[in-house]
Amino acid sequence: MFDLAAAFSSAIALIAGLDAELFAIVRLSLGVSLAAVAIAAVIGLPLGAFLALARFPGREVVLVALNALMGLPPVVVGLAVYVLLSRAGPLGSFGLLFTPGAMVVAQAVLVTPIIAALGRQAVADLWEEYGEQLRSLGAPRRRVIGTLLWDGRHSLITVLLAGFGRAAAEVGAVMIVGGNIKGLTRTMTTAISLETSKGDLAMALGLGMILLAVVAAVNGAAFAAGAWARRVSG
Amino acid sequence: MTSILPLELRGLGYSAGGRRLLSGVTVPLRAGMRTIVLGPNGAGKSLLLRLCHGLIQPTEGGLRWSGGLDEAALRRRQAMVFQRPVLLRRSALGNIRYVLSLRGVARRLRQGMAEEALDRFGLGELARRPARVLSGGERQRLALARAWAVRPEVLFLDEPTSALDPAATLAVEIAVHDFHANGTKIVMTTHDLGQARRLADEVLFLSRGRLVEHGPAAEFFQAPATAQARAFLAGELMC
Ligand SMILES: Nc1ncnc2c1ncn2[C@@H]1O[C@H](COP(=O)(O)OP(=O)(O)O)[C@@H](O)[C@H]1O
Ligand SMILES: [Mg+2]
Repeated sequence: MFDLAAAFSSAIALIAGLDAELFAIVRLSLGVSLAAVAIAAVIGLPLGAFLALARFPGREVVLVALNALMGLPPVVVGLAVYVLLSRAGPLGSFGLLFTPGAMVVAQAVLVTPIIAALGRQAVADLWEEYGEQLRSLGAPRRRVIGTLLWDGRHSLITVLLAGFGRAAAEVGAVMIVGGNIKGLTRTMTTAISLETSKGDLAMALGLGMILLAVVAAVNGAAFAAGAWARRVSG
Repeated sequence: MTSILPLELRGLGYSAGGRRLLSGVTVPLRAGMRTIVLGPNGAGKSLLLRLCHGLIQPTEGGLRWSGGLDEAALRRRQAMVFQRPVLLRRSALGNIRYVLSLRGVARRLRQGMAEEALDRFGLGELARRPARVLSGGERQRLALARAWAVRPEVLFLDEPTSALDPAATLAVEIAVHDFHANGTKIVMTTHDLGQARRLADEVLFLSRGRLVEHGPAAEFFQAPATAQARAFLAGELMC
């Protein structure tokens, strides 16, 4: 039996001592997940806005598929990206496999459907309110999409946070395409799973506490920023 | 520039959910006159304005603007002020610059034109204020300023004062007068009979989705031709 209290106190010592390895892992995790969310936002938000406004045959099928993709298992995404990026795969020439770049790609794939689907809902709600006014003003489709994304920024921040939470918490995809290489592709989640299996619970717990704290801090900051923005800009 | 007026409504009708909400509206809307659309709640006044403005498509009959312009060009000649206007999440000034950019006004001209429109409606001080935190009366004045900035040939107003206090209502009535004096055709609904008397040159009276009476305002108010209009003017509850 391990000593839980001892594991906790050494976890805190690692954090308090600004352990270099620990912080390199934290930095990499944050960088990968933020980059993935940024890419997913650039693709997913306009896609979601388009799906909120466009009417075309087969739209329902696309929406159902998109909602289903929100629940993609990370290991499946990891496997698919692995196959694409592997030396023999169609994108193998980029040499991305087992680099942070591959992890960004995998997490972006994982998060894009979430941002597109939740973003679609947010934009559709806003369109209810704005639709006739924007048509009255004579806004063409492209302008409408941009306007709704900008005016929906408060609720879309929450959508991006949901995407970030998903990316930061997943382990399957980064494990497969990153390989959990020490000092290169080891993230908080892959490290936690490794340290736990090795029995180094102090490190695992320390990382787990930091992961929770980071996710909580990002959400708290976004919430506060949103509340402030809503108050000053209505 | 050729005029888009008169607007000819011909047997205009609209059905939804298996109900005929508006039918058989045939009337010309001519330049120079302030047309006030009156009628009890649910008569179809808002539907009529939305049909005219092109926000919904008629399910029977149709409407024809003069001048043979395409839909986008027609839209640029019109503006509409809603009962509760939707303002964008940006400053009052930004709201006006936005619509100027939609109308293709050169960037360097937008600022001056937007400021002029705000000043005209007494909003100069509030130019930098986020539009969505303005009071009800200020928001409606901003909606009017936004319409003013694009110099519409036709302005539709759907119950623009029904949520406003007397001072804000007066400001809207003055604005309607100014638009009219500058040559903009006014088509407006209201449930305020005093306001209708003050503003109307011509009245369209709707009841249960039909155009029951239309003619010069003086005649309508002094000698309504139908029992429905008499009852409406007498303030009786009807539907
Ligand atoms: N899209 C719609 N679908 C079904 N009914 C509608 C729709 N739009 C308006 N109506 C109904 O049409 C009638 C006329 O509405 P409206 O034009 O808003 O009346 P008002 O004269 O009070 O402005 C009302 O009974 C309203 O409920
Ligand atoms: Mg109405």
